[in-house]
Amino acid sequence: MAQPKEHETHEQANADHKEGHSEEFNAGDAILHHIADSHEFHFFTLGEKHFTMPLPVIVYSPQRGLSVFSSSKFEEGEVAYNGYKLEHDKIVAVDANGNVDESVKAYDFSITKNVFQMLLAVILLIWMMTSIAKKYKAQGHNVAPSGFQNAVEPVITFVRDDVAKPNLGHKYEKYMPYLLTVFFFILINNIIGLIPGSANVTGNIAFTALLALISFIVIMISTNGHFWGHIFWPPGVPFLVKLILIPVELLSIFIKPAALMIRLFANMTAGHIVILSFVSLIFIFGQMTTVAGWGFSPVSVAFSVFIYVIEILVAFIQAFIFTNLTAVFIGQAFEGEHHDEAHAH
Amino acid sequence: MELLMPALGFFFWTLVAFIIVFLILKKFAWKPILTTLSAREKNIADSIATAERVKNEMAQMKSENEALMAQAREERSALLKEARDAKDKIVHEAKEQAKAEAAKIVADAQAVINQQKMATLVELKNQVGVLVLDVAEKVLRKELGNKPEQEQYIQQLANDIKLN
Repeated sequence: MAQPKEHETHEQANADHKEGHSEEFNAGDAILHHIADSHEFHFFTLGEKHFTMPLPVIVYSPQRGLSVFSSSKFEEGEVAYNGYKLEHDKIVAVDANGNVDESVKAYDFSITKNVFQMLLAVILLIWMMTSIAKKYKAQGHNVAPSGFQNAVEPVITFVRDDVAKPNLGHKYEKYMPYLLTVFFFILINNIIGLIPGSANVTGNIAFTALLALISFIVIMISTNGHFWGHIFWPPGVPFLVKLILIPVELLSIFIKPAALMIRLFANMTAGHIVILSFVSLIFIFGQMTTVAGWGFSPVSVAFSVFIYVIEILVAFIQAFIFTNLTAVFIGQAFEGEHHDEAHAH
Repeated sequence: MELLMPALGFFFWTLVAFIIVFLILKKFAWKPILTTLSAREKNIADSIATAERVKNEMAQMKSENEALMAQAREERSALLKEARDAKDKIVHEAKEQAKAEAAKIVADAQAVINQQKMATLVELKNQVGVLVLDVAEKVLRKELGNKPEQEQYIQQLANDIKLN
């Protein structure tokens, strides 16, 4: 797909833009705008100029078919184009008069800010890992790791020895590619999402929902009869308790991946919100008096930096937790294969 | 609340991206990296095991060497002792033999001397006998000229015989 790389500037004044300097500053709106997805990559605003990169819009509608065009055609929500309009960063179909047409269903497959950044992260990840793998292949196992290998190798061995082996036992090798991919996929998106001005990819529920769905599928594929036996006929409890336990156990199958989804989403979004809140404080104080704004800025920056450092830690921890819990759930799905007796509760 | 509604487009692209990443990395990254890592780990474990074995072998060899050295030392001292004993024995025997030889030579010499002495004595006796006969002849010749004296002498001889 063709991605516009050139850095375009938009000259037109945008009166109702959320970050407009003339009107009242609304911290909640500004923060939500920053953590939400967008159809263009907004870098910064200088005076009345918005420095943004338009991204391709891909809309599919059963009635109108597929349409692909640049998001700059919308002129930041001002103009309807090709029968679609941008309303609160959502693409809606409009009729000839420019009014919202509810009868036309529009499925938005646009390369949004999140998608664009995620694809960049994916390319970076593939390039990094394949170049490291090439080094391994070229040097064989008799040469000590060097350079970037030293950074990645401990992480890989950590996933293998501390995530896969304890939870998956002798079957761990089968799950290693999946676990490593999940770990590095989340990690690289977490880290790139921390770059100021970048998109909040891992703090988007669609992203975490997809990863949780894949975890769910992997867990389901790994289940055995023992697992389902425990769910539909919990051993060692009276009959009436069984009736209560069965729905609880059944629900737990879905709660586990849902917890994975919400945990990653909430952690990453919360971190971004906290940092943005501290930054917003400057503008809130600045609206009272300019002096208060300037005066409070060092405090705000100090707190932001503090949270930012924690966020770097969280980026690793959340990637690890997602991978580790997935491994735990997979392990639970096929446990009892060898120790049926020992496991009876 | 919009924050909690998964967007279809992003969901779809994440799926595409994840599957691509998974397939590419599985084939081109994780497989070579993991096989190399396990090969290296096996290599390291083997090397450590080999080092340990070699160390043990070395220690064993060292103790064996020490035992050999001790044995060699013992053997050397035994050999030395034996040699000394042999030397002493040989010297002793040589001395004994020499003594015996010397004794024999002395005995032979004495025997020869005795023989010579006896021969000399016999000759001396014979000589003395001859001389005595000569003297006796001369004396008799002279004595027979004088009768009384002759009788006196016979008397004396007779007396001597009695004494014998």
